[in-house]
Amino acid sequence: MVSRPTLALAGLLTAAALALSACTAPSVPPAAAATQDGIVLADGSDLGGYNPINGYGELGVSPLYDGLLALHSTNPDALPTFAPALATALPTHNADFTEWTVPLRSGVTFHDGTPFDAADVIATYEAVLDPASASEIASAFEMISTVTATGDRVTFTLKYPYADFPARLLLAIAPSEKLTGGPASESSLNREPIGTGPYQLTELTADKAVFTANADYWGGAPQVASLTTVHLPDDNTRALRVKAGEFDGTSIPPTLASAFTDAPGFRVVSAKSADWRGVSLPADSAFTRDPQVRIALNLAVDRQAMLDTVLMGHGTLAHTPVSAVYGEVFDPSAVFAHDPDGAKALLDRAGWTPGADGVRAKGGERAAFTVAYNPSDTVRRDLATAFAADLKAIGVEVTLEALGWDKIEPRIGDLGILLGGGDKPYSIDTQVHAALHTPMAGTSVWDNPGRFGTPALDAALNQARRTADGPTRTALYRAVQAEYLTDPSYVMLVFVDHTYVVRDGGWQRGPLTIEPHAHGVAWGPWWNLAAWTR
Amino acid sequence: MDTLTAAGLVAGRRARRRREVRGLVGRRLLWTVPLLVMISLGLFVLADASPFDPLVGYLGDRYQFTSTAQREAITAALQLDQGWWSAWTAWLADVALGDLGHSRSYAMPVASVVAERLPWTLLLSATGLVIAVALGLAGGLVAAFRPGSWVDRVASGLALIAQAVPPFVLALAAVVVGALALGWFPAGGARPVVGAVTWVGVAHHLVLPALVLGVSQTPWLLLTVRAEATEALASDPVRGAVTRGVGWAQVVRGHVLPAALVPLVTLVGVRLPELIVGAVLVEEVFAWPGLAAALVTSARTLDLPLLAFLTVTSTALVLLGSLLADLAYLAIDPRVRADD
Repeated sequence: MVSRPTLALAGLLTAAALALSACTAPSVPPAAAATQDGIVLADGSDLGGYNPINGYGELGVSPLYDGLLALHSTNPDALPTFAPALATALPTHNADFTEWTVPLRSGVTFHDGTPFDAADVIATYEAVLDPASASEIASAFEMISTVTATGDRVTFTLKYPYADFPARLLLAIAPSEKLTGGPASESSLNREPIGTGPYQLTELTADKAVFTANADYWGGAPQVASLTTVHLPDDNTRALRVKAGEFDGTSIPPTLASAFTDAPGFRVVSAKSADWRGVSLPADSAFTRDPQVRIALNLAVDRQAMLDTVLMGHGTLAHTPVSAVYGEVFDPSAVFAHDPDGAKALLDRAGWTPGADGVRAKGGERAAFTVAYNPSDTVRRDLATAFAADLKAIGVEVTLEALGWDKIEPRIGDLGILLGGGDKPYSIDTQVHAALHTPMAGTSVWDNPGRFGTPALDAALNQARRTADGPTRTALYRAVQAEYLTDPSYVMLVFVDHTYVVRDGGWQRGPLTIEPHAHGVAWGPWWNLAAWTR
Repeated sequence: MDTLTAAGLVAGRRARRRREVRGLVGRRLLWTVPLLVMISLGLFVLADASPFDPLVGYLGDRYQFTSTAQREAITAALQLDQGWWSAWTAWLADVALGDLGHSRSYAMPVASVVAERLPWTLLLSATGLVIAVALGLAGGLVAAFRPGSWVDRVASGLALIAQAVPPFVLALAAVVVGALALGWFPAGGARPVVGAVTWVGVAHHLVLPALVLGVSQTPWLLLTVRAEATEALASDPVRGAVTRGVGWAQVVRGHVLPAALVPLVTLVGVRLPELIVGAVLVEEVFAWPGLAAALVTSARTLDLPLLAFLTVTSTALVLLGSLLADLAYLAIDPRVRADD
């Protein structure tokens, strides 16, 4: 005989099972089917924070905003050019590059219907420069002295000659009415962005953001009718759910990209960048202060092995901060061969000879230093490990330490640091000047932490900054690379590619562009979403 | 005269009970407020003593591209350099005036962060609690009725195993089985990514996380109910009732359930913190858009207004839980005196 309680339990379980099966019945339709003309992406970074004053759309790539200029890419392997966006033509400058004038587009309105004019440009740039904004990107605009308007022309007056200034005109423009002062992190634009861009934000919750095509866009209404971005911070979860068909794409680390090579309907795309990883060398070490030593360290590292094993081939070798994407400016012969024996010979000649413990020494100083890396980044950790192993092979002892940026800074003179760069790649000056120039008043300790460099290098960098694009400037930057080879301040390792998976969906996507250090689903195949056609 | 009638006696007892309850609630509230204030103070002191620079959380990867002068400017503008005393008093004054402050990490008012996420957390926790109570009661009663039977061995055994497994392991296992292997339920999120929010859609997403949360909270409930019910079943009144031929349903309703319910209610109140912690872990695994993510983010970035509010609120919830448990105890068991 079955007791009543057992029956009751059986009944409960059946009821639960029924409830569960009732839930499964209306199965979730695949995302792509549900949104014929829209796409749904999974994004690892936080939603919100759509305020240009704090760096959103800093490089002119955003569905919500336009800059005065925009990136124009025809070749995924070369630096994009600039095209007028809220400007009607490229900027003109005076003879010494201290005054830049931009003619503005007329008849453009913001998403809230207010017209775009010079006051918005002035307000945006002034808000970035206002200390009360606590803008995260103010450093990049420190060359600006004043921004003034005459009719529909805006003039930027600079504190010093700056030939690469057009790269600063990519900054997304916000309406002056919304720039009411105070910290940028408290502005309404973070959650209720108002721009002139091809999409406007129509929904923003803790887990997703919906961007809807702006039918009145001055550049023509986009064909992709909507973009939904879902916040999914975990790389593995994102990859799984994309593969299950829930999303049309996402950004993933190279190690997970291989899972998609045989996934039907998906493609793995890999965008080039000038985003370097390299090791800065300690300023206060007798060992690394010797330029011959720094050359030897550069010869000792096996960059190809790092690229193959750490980045799974998704990247290119870095010998100087200038990558091949800079075209003519890049000197393909500016390389350090992988030559551990040459490195040993160089160290021997410089007087750093092997000691009893296998570590080289000279006059009581050991050939040893500590390299710090940011523990949240596994790529940096793996590169640092490979770097230490390569140096051990030539009798140099590298101790690794996982440290946050704020812990590195007080010890910056004694540490090598696994650094990243290329946060604003569209100007060769920004890419190399601060990283290579000997320390100047007011620069960050993170720019050239080893405080190395030569007068010749400084001279070429400063001359190039005052020279218009052309053969003279190209020669100057090639001289920078040649000079760097004789006195390298870092051991540059690799330029990383950014990997994405994207569902085909029948869209004509246009070429990828060279990407900055920061990336996510605002970049990759979606950087020019408004131009997709079908 | 009136007090001599039976009705008068009952009324007098009720009035005393009401006074007792009012006294209990009043006493609790009296020390709740200073306790919450002290906890918030402790949080600000700890944050000030923390070796972490809040700018690292605020700037993220940009930290290494930001000049020292620029970082000093940001520190000044965001008032990150004021000591714990002025930061705390300013926060306290704002909160007293009803302004919860601004969350740096979410770039929105703290009140909006909470308003957006709290309903999701409440939905998950409440469903999890209901599942836990249902499973605990059913399993505990069944096990108690047939001590030593296979049902008891399975139920008690599973409860002991489940108690040893952390909620996030259970959550990962649920994703692997329920979402990946069987494909019955979504692996994460709280609703379909496209289209309007529907009850069916939310329920479909709720199944796995709520089950995990419920199952992870079941063991202590089940084992308590089993122990109490076993004791009740062995008691004289129950034995007498069974001998007299009273039906099982009535025995359970009249004797076993009330006996098991009293400690259960207390336990639920006392275990509320565990439910909250469990919910945090489960929310993380299932990318549930609740307060867990906000708690983790605010702690990681030292986003004090948000962190302080969440900490103080969860403390208040725990205190409220134990107060409610005591009140329920009063209501269920007439022997309990509130002024003890």
